[in-house]
Amino acid sequence: MSDALLQVENLERHFEGLKAVDGISFTVAPGEVVSIIGPNGSGKTTTLNLVTGTIRAHGGSIVLDGTRIDRVDSARIAEHGIARTFQNGRVFATLSVADNIEVGMHSTLRANRPFRELSNFFLLRWIPLLGELFIAIIGTPASRREDKQIKNAVETEIHRFEARLGPRRDDPAYSLSYANRRRTEIARALALKPKLLVLDEPTAGMNQSETAEVLEQLLELKAEGQAILLVEHKLDLVMIVSDRVIVMDGGRIIAEGRPEDVRHDPSVIEAYIGRRRTVGGGDEE
Amino acid sequence: MLDTLIAGLLRGNVYALGAVGISLVFGVMNVVNFAQFSFFGLGAMLAWFFITTLGLPFWLALPLVLVVCAALGLIINISVVRPLAKFLPLAAMLSTYAVSQILDNASQIAFTAQFRVFPPVLPNSNLHIGNMRFGTSDLVMLSTTAVVMLVMSLFLKYGKVGRAIRATSQDQEAALQMGIPVGLVQHVSFVIASALGGLAGVFIALYVGVANPASGLNIGLTAFVAATLGGLGSLVGAVIGGFVLGILEAFGIHFFGDTSRQIIIFVILIVVLIARPGGLLGKVPLISTEPLTGTFLGKGRPLRIPRWVWAAAFVVLGIVIPLLRNDYVLITGTQVLIYAIIAAGFTVTAGQAGVLALGQAGPIAIGAYMSAALTMQLHFSFWVALPVAGLCAAIVASILASPIWGVKGHYISIATLGLGITIVAVIQLIVPQGIYNIPVPQWFGTALTTPTAYYLIDFGVLVITLLVMWRIRRSHLGKVISSVGSDEVAALASGVRGRNYKALAFAISAFFAGIGGSLLAHQYTYIDPTIFTMLMSLLVVTIVIMGGVSLPYGAVVGAIILIGAMELLRFTPELRIIVYGLVLILVVRFRPGGILVRNS
Repeated sequence: MSDALLQVENLERHFEGLKAVDGISFTVAPGEVVSIIGPNGSGKTTTLNLVTGTIRAHGGSIVLDGTRIDRVDSARIAEHGIARTFQNGRVFATLSVADNIEVGMHSTLRANRPFRELSNFFLLRWIPLLGELFIAIIGTPASRREDKQIKNAVETEIHRFEARLGPRRDDPAYSLSYANRRRTEIARALALKPKLLVLDEPTAGMNQSETAEVLEQLLELKAEGQAILLVEHKLDLVMIVSDRVIVMDGGRIIAEGRPEDVRHDPSVIEAYIGRRRTVGGGDEE
Repeated sequence: MLDTLIAGLLRGNVYALGAVGISLVFGVMNVVNFAQFSFFGLGAMLAWFFITTLGLPFWLALPLVLVVCAALGLIINISVVRPLAKFLPLAAMLSTYAVSQILDNASQIAFTAQFRVFPPVLPNSNLHIGNMRFGTSDLVMLSTTAVVMLVMSLFLKYGKVGRAIRATSQDQEAALQMGIPVGLVQHVSFVIASALGGLAGVFIALYVGVANPASGLNIGLTAFVAATLGGLGSLVGAVIGGFVLGILEAFGIHFFGDTSRQIIIFVILIVVLIARPGGLLGKVPLISTEPLTGTFLGKGRPLRIPRWVWAAAFVVLGIVIPLLRNDYVLITGTQVLIYAIIAAGFTVTAGQAGVLALGQAGPIAIGAYMSAALTMQLHFSFWVALPVAGLCAAIVASILASPIWGVKGHYISIATLGLGITIVAVIQLIVPQGIYNIPVPQWFGTALTTPTAYYLIDFGVLVITLLVMWRIRRSHLGKVISSVGSDEVAALASGVRGRNYKALAFAISAFFAGIGGSLLAHQYTYIDPTIFTMLMSLLVVTIVIMGGVSLPYGAVVGAIILIGAMELLRFTPELRIIVYGLVLILVVRFRPGGILVRNS
């Protein structure tokens, strides 16, 4: 599977002896929507946190589009093209909806971030930082052009959720409803123009009609060819949107395949409703 | 060598007692309690008073001191700390500093500021092992601490209230829902902490042999560092931190001399925090469940300011006031303007990047000394020295601060507090005396010595500062810095390197602090290290909180209130500090986001 967009092999992470993710391997192809399901504490969110670099892996490898990313920080992973949302929703509370989305574009900017290649080097990182400061205070013609592009791109993303976010574009994110925060988060992630979009329970806390709305938007993204790695509890949504489903339990993958196959897999049914004697780990934050 | 070890143990003993108090209160209230500092000085003075003036025996005086301190602690908690902690833990912290100032001042009025010889109630060199001498006094102190710690740990482990304290410090909300009277638990913790502070004060007086009301500050600061070192909220950590710090400090003084004391302490602190960001026994969650650095940011919307207000403010501050030609108003005005410059520059760090740095006196001092050196040694013109001083402050402060950007939450505040104190301590080592005759600014050969000239210079610099800060806030960079302050984990996931931007924000703030320092130096024409105190750092923080922590123009309003209005009370310094405390308390109570921020 060398043509995979994301290739995860033997990924491991333990928390004080508890193996939250215990040597899992999977791939996501370009344009593919892959969902991870499983009981609470089965290691889904930890897997996402590992893939996005939010926490470090203890073993195994993650390759995105030919580049190994399991040893780099999450800012660099974002630059490589993975954007994510968080389980409990993490918006920038003091920034407006539009500004939240603008921050999401950070890794796509050029003129506003001169010498950005140096950002990771000791001491030399001050060159891009001071460059950005200069742009902020004085500006260049190129940066002003880019500012206009930023504005347009922000409008495009808000337009995706026009009915919901349109009227709130200048309101600070802390004043938004829970569902609108999730939308802002998704818009912010999409602003990064990611190769892979990682969504951690995007419909958590949403009612049925809001969930249906998200489903529609996910299908739209899928139609646009966006590769998505999704963790979700609402199985109806998972079954409709996914090309492939991965089932995790106790840090391992217990089943994998097309949605309709997975649905009838006895081990999956057991993991969800069967009488399990051992209880999986508790890594979910 | 053994003598040094014993000295270290005895000092560590005192620090451990104080640190346990600080950690206890932090655990149950999430408030860093600076008022604890005052109990050291107060304990010592009360003991002196009971023994020398009233002629009470030591064994009666000691419990009396504890009772008085405990009662005071209860009053402080009921009247100030608990009401404020509900709104903004940070404001509660600042108000505890105000309380500590009030206590110190009251104690100074009661006992005068002079050093008193503490009566030798117990022999202190009547015993020896080999050729090492020590006394009953030392043994009593160490064994008292041991007993206190044992009783405390049993109480916390098995006592009903003790368990409630532990439950509250783990999860206040859950404790409340389980029917634990959290208010009572907090009162009890505060009372215990205050009594321990008093006890530590008596011990330090016994050990040193003299006492004065202000003697608590240094010990308090060290105890505070000890609590941080151990991990805020961890009592065992506090004890370990206290003894580790006491012993290392004793050896440090033995080898490098007493002037290096503060430097040693804060270097240890910063090294430990880099290695273990949550202190020796503290734990930092792998992924913060909520944005730690941003939690203090008040939520609310800045008031919309109509354009004519800007114009009017410009006319009043820039034209009307200078035309009044009232020297008193102008001199006060220069102070207001300088603090406004420093505080406006600080909003990007405190408000946007969410780093509540408590050591701005450090870069201010660098700016002041640099500017003095440039104009006096190298005969630079003031106009060149001013920006260069700002740059030097930014560069030096950034280099020194570079290791701490991985530290989070309260710890980063404490690390910057240490940084500020260390910078001033190093300057004091290099230039122990004050610097006189710093040249005044010149304008084409004319010396600018009038208050009007100073005022106009400062006003010009303030306008430029506000313009720069406004540009930064509006830019992509400004939004990125704000995102780091809001939620660092999410910022990283959006490709924003949080540490870099915190460092940049701090450098910008240090630049303006240095500019402010330079202006101060050339207008006082005299500087010495006692100007750049912790009080100065906290004043800067209070100013930005008062105006609205991320609003540069809010800093101007804050400076007008805190520097300008306070100036009216200059004739009565004690009252001034009390008013300072009250103003802060009222603002936080009714406008937690700042005066220019509408509540939400």
